Amino acid sequence: MAIFRTTATKFKSPVNRKSLFPYLLLAPGLLYLAIFFLAPIATLGQMSTKTKNSDGVTYSQVFRFQNYIDAFLQSKEQFARSFLYGLLATILALAIAYPLAYGIAFKAGRFKNVLLVLIVAPFFTSFLLRTIAWKQILGEEGPVIKVFRALHIIGPTTSLTASAFAVVTGLTYNFLPFMTLPLYASLERIDPRTLEASGDLYANGFTTFRKVTVPLSMPGVVAGTLLTFIPAAGDYINAAILGNPDTKMLGNVIDARFFRIVDYPTAAALSFTLMAAILILVTIYIRRAGTEELV
Amino acid sequence: MAKDASTSAQGDLVLSNLTKSFGDFVAVDDLNLTIPQGKFFALLGPSGCGKTTTLRMIAGLEEPTNGKISIGNTDITYAKPYNRPVNTVFQNYALFPHLTIFENIAFGLRRRGIKDVDAQVKKVLELVELPHLADRKPNQLSGGQQQRIAVARAIVNRPALLLLDEPLGALDLKLRRQMQIELKWIQTEIGITFVHVTHDQEEAMTMADTIAVMNKGKIEQMGTPEELYDSPKSAYVANFLGQSNLIAGEVEGNDGENSIVNIKGNKVSVPKNRINSANKSVLVGVRPEKFRIVASGKNTSGNILNGGKVSDVSYTGVSTQYQVEMPWGQELMVFEQNDDNEPMLRKGELVTLSWEPVFTFALDGSENVRAGA
Repeated sequence: MAIFRTTATKFKSPVNRKSLFPYLLLAPGLLYLAIFFLAPIATLGQMSTKTKNSDGVTYSQVFRFQNYIDAFLQSKEQFARSFLYGLLATILALAIAYPLAYGIAFKAGRFKNVLLVLIVAPFFTSFLLRTIAWKQILGEEGPVIKVFRALHIIGPTTSLTASAFAVVTGLTYNFLPFMTLPLYASLERIDPRTLEASGDLYANGFTTFRKVTVPLSMPGVVAGTLLTFIPAAGDYINAAILGNPDTKMLGNVIDARFFRIVDYPTAAALSFTLMAAILILVTIYIRRAGTEELV
Repeated sequence: MAKDASTSAQGDLVLSNLTKSFGDFVAVDDLNLTIPQGKFFALLGPSGCGKTTTLRMIAGLEEPTNGKISIGNTDITYAKPYNRPVNTVFQNYALFPHLTIFENIAFGLRRRGIKDVDAQVKKVLELVELPHLADRKPNQLSGGQQQRIAVARAIVNRPALLLLDEPLGALDLKLRRQMQIELKWIQTEIGITFVHVTHDQEEAMTMADTIAVMNKGKIEQMGTPEELYDSPKSAYVANFLGQSNLIAGEVEGNDGENSIVNIKGNKVSVPKNRINSANKSVLVGVRPEKFRIVASGKNTSGNILNGGKVSDVSYTGVSTQYQVEMPWGQELMVFEQNDDNEPMLRKGELVTLSWEPVFTFALDGSENVRAGA
């Protein structure tokens, strides 16, 4: 039996200069986060427990945590909808992106780079514009509705725009690249020889996919679903452009509270609640997925 | 899972007229080969000689352009990899990074729905002497340990045939030597046919019962390590397996069992049965360690070449290696065991080379002296 001996020789380095260097590299990023993330979060937190003064313009800090309960009770429907739509969009995006990423990683050959550029290409036009374009695509004159009606999937009077269907479709479309790219990255990293080894060890194509490809692509699945679900659940543009009053998501409520009703405390409380809910869900999800050692 | 009859095939591995082309390039050229059941067989050759392609066709990872592969009476030429009684130890092991060592080894057993997975995995872990690593992940193991697990993962399935694709290539020299002995021992222990692909002639000679030397998609020569070393049939084999001195000469006559060959005026004897040439002009082959080297004028016997001059000396411990320049300009290599008290010969000294006729072989004179070197 071979015994491995490692000779660990430790070199003492000049402590001061070397140990400061990593912090110097981190400094710009940390500064940016402090100014544009931590400070606003703190302000938001303060605002969430204030009440409006009788003048209707200023606010005073009274630590009114009831704000949270009021806000939640007023908009629990939109809350549920945000998570439902986010979840649906994530599942749909995963269903579309996995075969796509798999194809690019394993079957595309020399077209690999072209296809990757095509995936990122939509980012060259505005998010808003692309979402408005879906109004046309799903609209009365668009191709989708004609096909759906011809196939009797929907009746002749039902329309696709201003519906939950349109909102989820828009969300799926807009966040598809965020699902595809991490999936592609993790699939591409799989050593093709492990797939050959699986075939060699009596697993057919489907079993190899189930037992080797999928587990090895889990880091990509986790990253992709997070990058899709988090922004999709907090989105309001898709619901605003493609939805109707009954498809409002929490983002729309927050938008309205901040900019139309000008009720800052409720808007801040809702923002915090959404943030906390997503954070909890994500933590549970990562724990359950158990991919720490693969990443 | 549906099981094919071919997963239970037993017997000799037979490759008939096996050919694989990639576009215009013929990687494996009309190969005919029978590997007897239970043998340790090595396919030896430099990179690009077609040995790995041959292995991949046997494993089912590459489809032959032409020809047939069978084990016993079962044709497996076009069987899917998962329907063959063949397992592979991959070059970089290809262990599943997401599974424990136990699950890596159990993979093949579980796919075939075998009952006592636990006992079988434990048994094979004992065999490779790593039972304590069952719960680790592959990346927590050293190269040598991963190598053993790759072997264990394959042999636990009791295939009719185990393919090894340069399995020791990533290990350092010392570990490689040790694994050579271990692999040979495992093969003897379990009695499965091993087909080992390598470019390392020493590795092939240490382990294999039979070696096939491949060159440009064809088999140059096949035989036991001793046969290949002592009676190479071509300059390629003579140079690829160890080193050879190949000296041009003309067959001039007979002397009983031997032919007399004239090498630039020196008459030497070569056993007739070791001459692989229809021509009068031959290449006389002598292995460097078969030469005796003495200072010019001293007595010596056997075949004799006079008038050499030492052009280089290097001392390697067990032996001293001399380069000797002959009067006709050729440099000959001589390995002299350091087993006597004779003083080392010095550079520039005049010497006489001699050797026993039985240690001579001869090849066709039209061959390229440098082939395979």
